[in-house]
Amino acid sequence: MSYIKPLIHHPLSKQNSVGYLKSDYEGVISTLCAGCGHDSISSAIVQACYELSIEPHLLAKLSGIGCSSKTPAYFLSNSHGFNSVHGRMPSVATGANLANRDLIYLGVSGDGDTASIGMGQFTHVIRRNLNMTYIVMNNGCYGLTKGQDSATADEGSKSKSGSVNRFAAIDLVGLALELGAGFVARSFSGDKSQLIPLIKRAIQHPGFSFIDVISPCVTFNNNVGSTKSYDYVREHNEVIKISDFVPEKDEIKVEYDEGTSKKVKLHDGSDLELSKISSGYDPGDMKTALLRLQESRVNNQILTGLIYLESDSQDLHSMLDTVKTPLNKLREADLIPGKKELEEINKSFA
Amino acid sequence: MKPTNIDDPEYFHKVVDCQYACPAHTPVPEYIRLIAAERYSDAYMVNWESNVFPGVLGRTCDRPCEPACRRGRVDEEPVAICRLKRVAADNKGDVRSQMPQGPFPANGKKIALIGGGPASLTVARDLVPLGYEVHLYCEQKSGGGMMRSQIPSFRLPESVLNEEVDYVLDLGVHTHFNTYVSSLRDIRSKGYDAIFVGTGAPRGKDLSMLPGRDEARDHIHIGIEWLASIAFEHTNKIGEKVIVLGGGNTAMDCCRTSLRVGGKSVNVVVRSPIKDMKASPWEIEDAIHEGIPIHENLVPKAFISENGKLRGMTFEKVKAIYDENGKRSLLPSGEPEVFIEADDVLIAIGQENSFPWIERDLGLEFDKWEMPVLDPVTFQSSLSNVFFGGDSAFGPKNVITAVAHGHQAAISIDLYCNDQSLKERPSPYTNLVSQKMGIHEWIYDNTIANDDRFKVPHADQSITLKDRKKEVELGFDSNTGFKEAQRCLNCDVQTVFVEDRCIECDACVDICPTSCITFTQNGEETDLRTRLSAPSNNLSQDLYVSDTLKTSRVMVKDEDVCLHCGLCAERCPTTAWDMQQFLYQVTKAGNTCQIIT
Repeated sequence: MSYIKPLIHHPLSKQNSVGYLKSDYEGVISTLCAGCGHDSISSAIVQACYELSIEPHLLAKLSGIGCSSKTPAYFLSNSHGFNSVHGRMPSVATGANLANRDLIYLGVSGDGDTASIGMGQFTHVIRRNLNMTYIVMNNGCYGLTKGQDSATADEGSKSKSGSVNRFAAIDLVGLALELGAGFVARSFSGDKSQLIPLIKRAIQHPGFSFIDVISPCVTFNNNVGSTKSYDYVREHNEVIKISDFVPEKDEIKVEYDEGTSKKVKLHDGSDLELSKISSGYDPGDMKTALLRLQESRVNNQILTGLIYLESDSQDLHSMLDTVKTPLNKLREADLIPGKKELEEINKSFA
Repeated sequence: MKPTNIDDPEYFHKVVDCQYACPAHTPVPEYIRLIAAERYSDAYMVNWESNVFPGVLGRTCDRPCEPACRRGRVDEEPVAICRLKRVAADNKGDVRSQMPQGPFPANGKKIALIGGGPASLTVARDLVPLGYEVHLYCEQKSGGGMMRSQIPSFRLPESVLNEEVDYVLDLGVHTHFNTYVSSLRDIRSKGYDAIFVGTGAPRGKDLSMLPGRDEARDHIHIGIEWLASIAFEHTNKIGEKVIVLGGGNTAMDCCRTSLRVGGKSVNVVVRSPIKDMKASPWEIEDAIHEGIPIHENLVPKAFISENGKLRGMTFEKVKAIYDENGKRSLLPSGEPEVFIEADDVLIAIGQENSFPWIERDLGLEFDKWEMPVLDPVTFQSSLSNVFFGGDSAFGPKNVITAVAHGHQAAISIDLYCNDQSLKERPSPYTNLVSQKMGIHEWIYDNTIANDDRFKVPHADQSITLKDRKKEVELGFDSNTGFKEAQRCLNCDVQTVFVEDRCIECDACVDICPTSCITFTQNGEETDLRTRLSAPSNNLSQDLYVSDTLKTSRVMVKDEDVCLHCGLCAERCPTTAWDMQQFLYQVTKAGNTCQIIT
C-alpha cells in the first residue's frame, strides 16, 4: 500500500493569490478505507482553502475521536492541528478561539463524536456562537468499531449485517437550527460542486457555521437498505440550489435564470445569490427553513444545500466584548497599565 | 465522445510514449523494470528481440524515446532511457543461450543481403532462424556498416560492435566480406529467392564548386570517408589546424576524432545559428566539453592555398532570418569576410544515396531524386523480389530506424517467399495483465522516485584525448542504473477502468496527484477538455472516456500527465480501476524470437 504521495503535480497547476499550490493544502495519504466519503470531504476542504487563498499557518484544524477525526492528518499539513478527546473538540476550539481570535478555526467531527459522546459540547458551542466552522462527517455508523448504528442512523435503516435500526435519528441540522446556529447547511460527500462553495462560505461566516455532510461508510454502511449509502443519498437528495457566492474579487457569472434567483446581502459585504427550486426558499427565514426540513423528512428526502443563514450574526467575542489582540501578543504594558490607569478606574467608582 | 476502445492495442500502445516513439517499438518500461530487478540478461534480451543492437544503441541511439518520455512532461528531464539500455548490455551474463539456437532446418530459400549494416543484419537475424539460406555481401572487411565505419571508437568500442554483429552472423549467415557488389543483374542471376538492399547512404556531399577546391584536394576530405579510413586504419593522422564544415553528428564525430589524431586547433564551422544544428544536443555538448569551438553563421567562400599548400578558408558572415512560417534564410550580414587557418578541412555537410551498381534497365523504378520507388509499408521495390531498408530506402536516418525497416522487410520477404500477400501484416503481440497482488499491493514498484536525471560519468580527458579508441562515456554503474531506472513511471502499467463497478465515490479524483481524472457530463472532445479537473492542453495525448455511469456522467481521464502511480486503483473500493501491465511487441518474420518475460 502506498504511504507517500508523489511530489509531482500537474505541470500547469496554478498558485493562488497568496502564492500556494493546491498541493500545499494537502495532507498525508489517507489510511481510511478506500472509497470513504470522508476523503472526499478532506479533498473539498483542501480545495476550499486553496480557493479562499487562506495562508495555511493562519488556520487551526481541530477534531475529536473517530474515523472523521483522523482526517485532519489528511488535509492542511501546514496548519495548526489539535486532535482532542472524544467529543471534546468544541471546548478545545472555544479555548483556542478565545486565546487567539486571529486564526480560522475548522473543527471536524463525526456522528458519534457529535451526536453521542460530544452532544453536550456540541449544543453549547452553538449556543455560544463561537466563530468556527464545524463539519460533521456523518455516516450513520461507528466505522472504527465495525459499523454499529450511531445516533444519526435513520429509523428503519438496515445495517450491513442485516439488523434494522429501531430508534429515531437525531437530526443534527434540526438541532443546530433549534439552538440558533447562524449558518446551517447539509451536503453530501459525493457532491463537491455543492460542498466546496458551502465550506468556503462557512469559513467566511462570522460566527458558528455548521455543515452536516452525509458521508457514506463504504465498508459498513453502503449496503442496500441503508439510508446513508451512495446510491440512497443520490436517489433521495433534495438539493437547494445555490450558486457559488461571489467572492470579493472574481466576478463569477451566475448560471440561473434571473427570475428565479435572489440576492442576499451578507455581513462582510459580499452577496450570496440563491436560486429557488420548486417553491420559494429564503434561507434567511428560520420558519421556512424549519418547515422545509420537516417536509423533507416526511417525504423521505435528504435536504441538502444552505438551509439557514443569519445575516447579522454576533459571535462569542463580540458578545463578551473581549480584547481584540490575541493573548500571546498582549505585552506587559497592555496587561499592567500602571497606577495612573488604576486611579482612573477607581475614580469611576467614586 | 464515444467510450474509448481499449481492446484496440494501439490505444494503450500510444500511452507508452517511449515505446510508441521508438521506430522499432522496443518495450522500454518492460526492460527498465528488469534492469531495476538486476535481471540484466533478460533486459538485454527484451532489447535484442526488438532492436538487435542493445549495446550499440545504448551508446549511439538518436533516442527518439527520450523527448517523448512522460517524465519529461512532469519533471525537468526524461528518463535516461538510452543509457539504461547500456546498463543492461554492460552487466548482462551469457545471453547466447537465450538466442535462437542453430543449425536451423533449411526451408530451401536463398536470400541475398547487399550491405552489412544494421538493416541487413536485422533481416538476417529474423530470417536465418526460419531456415533461410542468407548470403550477406559487404565491401568492408567485417559487418556493421556505418556503425563500424562512421561511429568513432571513443563512442562505440569495437568489441561491443563485434559482439553484437557476431550474435547475428553466428546464427549461420553466409558472409561475403570485402566483396563490392557492382551489379544487381549479376546478383539476380544467382538464383536468390529475394534480395535485400541495405547499402545505406554512402556518398558524402562535397563542395566541388567552391573556389580553390581542386588545388587543395590533398587536404580536403569527405567526413564519412575520412572517418572510415580512420576506423579501418588506412590513416592515423591529420594536420594540426583542422576545419570541420557541417553541423550534424558526423561533423561532431569528425572534430572529436581530429582532436585525437593530431589536431591541435580544431574548429567547427556551421552555416546556420548553433541552435539550428542538426547534431544531437548531447553530441554538441560533448564536443564543446572537449574544448572545440563552434563558429556559427559562416558560409564557406573559398579554400585558400599558397604554393600548393592549403592555408585556410574564407567565410562570409550571414545572419539567419525566419519568415512567419519559421522558414529560414541566411542573408549576408555585410560584415567583413572571416579567414580561418587550416592544414586540413573535413567536409561533413550531409550524405546522399547512391546506387551506381543498380542497372537502370532491370525494371527497378527510380524517382526523380534517384531514389528507388518503394512501398512504404512492405519495403518492396518495383522488382517484386527486391526489397530495400535502412538509409538506402528513404534516405539517411539512424540505426534504430534501419533496424525497424529490417524487421518489416524480413516480414515481407518471408511472406513473399511463402506466396502470401505482403499487405497482410501480422498483428502485434499484446498482453494485458493485472498487477494486483493482494489488497492495495502491486507487482510493479509504483512509488514515484523524486530523483533528478543522473549524469553519465565521463573518463578523464587526459586519457580519452590521447587514445581515439578509449571510450569517453563510462556508463552508469549498476547502483546509479537502479536509481535512474526507478525514475521510470511505468507507463505500460495501464489504468483500466470498468464502468459497471464504479460507485462514483470520487476517491480516485481526490487522490490523483496530477488531477487526471474527472467525472462529468459527456461532450465533444474540445468541449470536454475545457471541463476537466486540470488544464488539458496537450492534444497529442488522448482522453480515456468511459461509458455512461449511473448518474449519467462519464469518467474522463486525460492520459497526458498520468504518473501511473496506481493511487486511483489503490483508493478504489470496488476495483473499478485496476493497474494492468500492457505488453506490445511488434511481430517479427515467421513469428519467431518471441520473448515472453
